[in-house]
Amino acid sequence: MKILVAVKRVLDYNIKARVKADGSGVDLANQKLSMNPFDEIACEEAVRLKEAGVATEVIAVSCGVAGCQETLRSAMAIGADRGVLVETDAVLEPLAVAKLMQHVAVKEGVRVAIFGKQAIDDDAGQAGQMFGALMGWAQATFASSVKIEGDAAIISREIDGGLETLRMKLPVVITTDLRLNEPRFITLPNIMKAKKKPLEVIKASDLGLDLAPRTTVLRVEEPAGRQAGIRVADVAELVKRLKEEAKVI
Amino acid sequence: MSTLIIAEHDNAALKPATLNAIAAALQIGAPVHVLVAGSGCAAAGQSAAAVAGVAKVLVADAPHYGAQLAENLAALVQQQVRADASCTHVLAAATAQGKNVLPRVAALLDSSQISDVTAVESADTFRRPFYAGNAIARVQSGDRIKVLSIRTTAFDPVAARGGSAVVETVPAGPDLGLTELAGREVVALERPELTAASIIVSGGRGLGSADKFHAVLEPLADKLGAALGASRAAVDAGYAPNDYQVGQTGKIVAPQLYVAVGISGAIQHLAGMKDSKVIVAINKDAEAPIFQVADYGLVGDLFTTVPELVSSL
Repeated sequence: MKILVAVKRVLDYNIKARVKADGSGVDLANQKLSMNPFDEIACEEAVRLKEAGVATEVIAVSCGVAGCQETLRSAMAIGADRGVLVETDAVLEPLAVAKLMQHVAVKEGVRVAIFGKQAIDDDAGQAGQMFGALMGWAQATFASSVKIEGDAAIISREIDGGLETLRMKLPVVITTDLRLNEPRFITLPNIMKAKKKPLEVIKASDLGLDLAPRTTVLRVEEPAGRQAGIRVADVAELVKRLKEEAKVI
Repeated sequence: MSTLIIAEHDNAALKPATLNAIAAALQIGAPVHVLVAGSGCAAAGQSAAAVAGVAKVLVADAPHYGAQLAENLAALVQQQVRADASCTHVLAAATAQGKNVLPRVAALLDSSQISDVTAVESADTFRRPFYAGNAIARVQSGDRIKVLSIRTTAFDPVAARGGSAVVETVPAGPDLGLTELAGREVVALERPELTAASIIVSGGRGLGSADKFHAVLEPLADKLGAALGASRAAVDAGYAPNDYQVGQTGKIVAPQLYVAVGISGAIQHLAGMKDSKVIVAINKDAEAPIFQVADYGLVGDLFTTVPELVSSL
């Protein structure tokens, strides 16, 4: 059984996004770009399924500019067997990504696809579910535990107020929540090995899909800032101010 | 034009988040229709009909909507949108449930989705935060059917009573049989629900252990009638359950009062709580970034200040 893992290259988790002065977007020039943290969790889970003998091959897929090859190499350093880049310089909305992933999933005949629950750049949280809709597959979002036995998947997922467990028949799409696993540390030998793994590049424009954005970003702004307030000397002053000034208790 | 809201409910009544989504829908200006899909959900349908501003309630009652699973629900919404030529917008609250179902609906309709809408500027132009709230985009949708998830904290809920909408029964969609609910463990809360609470006491790594997290924060939450929350660091360390997490990838909250105890204030955490009305920070590190957003900062050892706070309330 083959597993597809969707990976996205995003502004590194530790870097605070800065809005460009002309309001056209977020400044990514000369910034560190890394794999979306939820996608690292997705890679780790897929590789564990392979190590457990459930999966035969893990294929990492990314959609975007040539630089996404680096992200695919990171996925292969975690343990993915090969990479596929669907290359385009155009802006891709999650719906377009889902269509491209569908193309690769059908071509490769995968039975399980794992996506991050959201990318930390656009915070959209859509691609996995959209892929599920296009494929007509069962979906388990925000997964916190994944078990696959034969043709069945048993998946626990985070819901408001607790957890629910789904029993589903393959094929399935899974999106990862934070606590699904802790991705392994990438070692130097594995980085070297990843460089030798196959990486296929497909041109998105050759696929004849409607990938045009449906929304126009009119302007990107800084959020209204929050002013730092005051330091209180002690608990007594805090209580007095909360009661008399803020009137919230 | 009309707007279809996917209601969140427990078959007996609407969940409060749906009232926030309806508030956003009313700003679009088109008649608001609420879809209540469930099993034995007539009472939830009645409670939707009583909500101020709702024009019509559509009830789809079938066993395969009992668990509210995404596959069957999305197929039903697609069927409803196709059946109603006037439908131009589909909305749901950006809760765990809404986030699960709505993108599936959008893809079935071949629409893009605009996630976490915080303001409605016109019927096709909306504002939404991204990059953990460090940037706000004004976006215009060119889709014929606009699909929006609504950040509940950005819209005051409409009144749950005062309306008298028409209730219509609609035919159920197919049971796709893709997924089966094997079980749900929902913790019975003795406290207000995090996203609905007017006061939240939230703890971070500074608490040091799960035992101390509960021993120190629970008396304060009890005194204030507050919900309990946590930073990602505290959840990762096992001090608090997953669903306590406040932040970019957890819950987004905006209570009247947010008390951050032993939380340093990573940008991902601030993204989840910086719209709170009043923020109090208690931390022994005077340089902690949480103080930059706090209205009232108290530098001190939380293990002495929090009990002192409890006894002076």
